Amino acid sequence: MGFHASFCGETYSFPDLATLLAVASPARSGDVLAGLGATSDVQRIAARHALADVPLATFLNTALVPYEEDEVTRLIIDSHDRAAFAPVSHMTVGDFRDWLLSHAADGPTLAAVAPGITPEMAAAVSKIMRNQDLMAVAARIRVITRFRNTIGLSGCLASRLQPNHPTDDLKGIAASTLDGLLYGMGDAVIGINPATDNVETGMALLDMLDHARRRFDIPTQTCVLTHVTNTIEMMNRGGAVDLVFQSIAGTQKANEGFGINLSILKEAHDAARGLHRGTIGNNVMYFETGQGAALSAGAHHGLDQQTVETRAYAVARAFDPLLVNTVVGFIGPEYLYDGKQITRAALEDHFCAKLLGVPMGCDACYTNHAEADQDDMDNLMVLLGVAGISFLIGVPGADDIMLNYQSLSFHDIMTLRHMLRLDPAPEFAAWLERMGLYDAKTGRMRELSPGQTRLGQLIA
Amino acid sequence: MDTKKPTPLPPGDAWDGLRHLTRARIGIGRSGNAQRTRDVLAFQGAHALARDAVHTALDVAALRAQLAPGEEAQLVTSSAPDRPTYLRRPDLGRRLDDASRAHLHAGAWDVVFVAGDGLSAVAVQNGAVPLYHAMRGLLAGWSVAPLVIATQARVALGDDIAVAMGARMVVMMIGERPGLSVADSMGVYLTYAPYVGCPDSARNCLSNIHPHGLSIPQAADRLAWLMREARRLSLTGVGLKDAAPQHGHIRHEGVPPLEKDHGK
Repeated sequence: MGFHASFCGETYSFPDLATLLAVASPARSGDVLAGLGATSDVQRIAARHALADVPLATFLNTALVPYEEDEVTRLIIDSHDRAAFAPVSHMTVGDFRDWLLSHAADGPTLAAVAPGITPEMAAAVSKIMRNQDLMAVAARIRVITRFRNTIGLSGCLASRLQPNHPTDDLKGIAASTLDGLLYGMGDAVIGINPATDNVETGMALLDMLDHARRRFDIPTQTCVLTHVTNTIEMMNRGGAVDLVFQSIAGTQKANEGFGINLSILKEAHDAARGLHRGTIGNNVMYFETGQGAALSAGAHHGLDQQTVETRAYAVARAFDPLLVNTVVGFIGPEYLYDGKQITRAALEDHFCAKLLGVPMGCDACYTNHAEADQDDMDNLMVLLGVAGISFLIGVPGADDIMLNYQSLSFHDIMTLRHMLRLDPAPEFAAWLERMGLYDAKTGRMRELSPGQTRLGQLIA
Repeated sequence: MDTKKPTPLPPGDAWDGLRHLTRARIGIGRSGNAQRTRDVLAFQGAHALARDAVHTALDVAALRAQLAPGEEAQLVTSSAPDRPTYLRRPDLGRRLDDASRAHLHAGAWDVVFVAGDGLSAVAVQNGAVPLYHAMRGLLAGWSVAPLVIATQARVALGDDIAVAMGARMVVMMIGERPGLSVADSMGVYLTYAPYVGCPDSARNCLSNIHPHGLSIPQAADRLAWLMREARRLSLTGVGLKDAAPQHGHIRHEGVPPLEKDHGK
C-alpha cells in the first residue's frame, strides 16, 4: 500500500505508515539522526494532509513493530478495548482531532474512550495538533491515582522532591529534603536517584526517608529510583519500599536494553501491591520515559521518536502507576536540540499519555550542551501547568548536583502554583497547614528557617 | 565572584550549619516566591561557564606544549566538522575522518592513549597529559603508542583509532558533559580489543577526574589495575568490573556520562 497527498499541484507519496508518521512529525534532531523525518517543510505538511485522511482503524490492522517479535505490540493489540473504541471507530485521524477539540469530548467521555485508543493513534493525532490543541484537550482529562494521597485532581499540582547527592550522603539528602518540604514540595513523591546501584545503599536511603516520613506523619510516598531488580531485592530483604521505579521504553528490544521485560515489571508490581503500604490506594508503580530512548538503544524499528515514545505509555498503563513522568530534556541535543523542541516534546508526551489514561508528570529539564536555559523551563512549566500536568519535579535551586543537569527549582513550582492557583495534593496541603508551614489566611507558604519548625529535626 | 555556590545568608541564619552537608543550592531564601537577584545571577554565571566549556575548542598547541621535548603526539579529527554538527550527530563523532585515518601509523602497540575533547575541552586540556605521563610511569614493559589528540571526539572514536593503529587496548581520556558545579571533569574509558561498533558494556570507566574529584594519581593507580587485569583476563567491561576490588573513593565508576540513558 502507500499514502499520497496532493499539495500545491504536486503529489507526495509515502510508502508506509511508519514513514508517513515520521515525515508528519514536527522537526526534531533525533529524527534527523535516525535518518527519518521530513526533508522539507512542504513535504512535512503534505504528510500531515495524508495522515489526516488515515482511518483510525488502520492502526489496528497495521503493526508498526511486528506482533510476533515484540511483546509491547502484543500488549497493545491484545488489550485493545473494541467497545471503548466504538464511538470513534469510524473516524479518520483528522476527524479525531476535531472531535477531541469539540465540546462533546469532555473529561468523562475522554476517560471512557481511553482503553480504545492505541499509542499509535494518539501519536498520529498529536502530529496534526498545535501546541494549544495539545494543552486544551489534555486539560480536560484527569487521571487520578492514590497511595497515601491523591494525585491528579482538578485544581491541584503535585511535585516530586528530588534531593539527590553525588555520594548518596544521608545528611546531605536530608538537608535537601528539608529545604523542599519548606517550599511545599514532595506530595507526588520524595524520590532519590542514587549515585550507585548498590542495594545496601538503597536500603539505607529508603530507611532514612521512611523514618522521616513516619516521624512527621507526612502523607506522601518515598522512593529510591534504582533498577526494578534491585527494588525486588530490597523488598525481599524487608526494605521500606513504597513505590517500584523503572525507566521504560516503547519496544521489547529497548526495554531489554534497560534490562527489563513485562514479566519482571509484573513480578515487581505484584510484590509491591502485596506489601499494602498505601493508606488510601494501591497504585505502586513509578515510571520514567522520554523521547529518544528507543533510538539510543538501537531499538526504534524505524519509528520516529515520538511515535515509539507513546508505546511506552501502553507499558505504563498496564501496571496502574501512581506516577509517570517524561524526562523530556535530559537525553540531550542529539534528540531534542533546543528549547522549542523540548517544549513541543513535553506537550506531546503529556497529551498522549493523558489521552491513554496515564497519570503523566514531567521533569522540565535540559542539559548544558542543549540550546536551552531557565527561561525555556519557565515557559514550559506554565504551559504544562495550564495543560493540567499531574506533577513536576523540583531540585534545590534547579541544579541537580548528582546528575549534572537543570530542572525546576522549588521556587519555580511554588511560583507556578500561585500564578495558576493550583494546590498540592489535598492530604499533603492539610499536612502543610497542620505543621504550620502553610498560612491559610494569606494563601502562602511561610518563610521559615530550620530552627523555626519542628521539621528542622530532620537534620539532627 | 564565586558563581558556583549560592550566596550564604547573613551570619546567624540556621542554614549556615547545614550548608556543609551538600553542595546543593539549599537554604537560599526568597523574595516572595522568587529567588533573589544574587542567586539568579550566580546560577546564570555557572550556566555560562558550563556552556563555554562545551563550546570552547581544544587548544592543541598548548596541549602539545605539555609534552616532553621530542615526545610525539598525533592529531586526528572525527567526521564531525564543527561543534553544532558534533552535538547533533554523535555518530559522526565516533568515526575518524578519512584524512586522519590515513595518517595513523600501525604498530604492535599494547595500548594507545587518546586525549579527546568530548563535551569539555578544558577538562582534557588540564588532565590528559598529566594522566598519560603518570600511566607511562606505571606501565613498565608495555608497548605504549604515541599520544593521539582527537577533536570533535566521542568515546567510541577511540575504537576507530585503535583499529587503525593495531592497538590491543585503547584508553580514551575525554571531557565529560559539564554540570553547574563542575565544568572541567574528565572521564577515562578503557576498552580491550576494541572494534568499530563495540558496545559500551565492553568498556570500563573512571569518571569525575578533576581538582575537586578523583585526583590524577588516584585515577592512574586505578587505571593501571584495570589495565593489568584487562590484559590478564583478555577483556574489559562488565566481566572486569565484577572482579574489581571496592575502592571507597571511587563512586561513579561504570556510568558512562556521555551516553547516559534518559532514565537517569
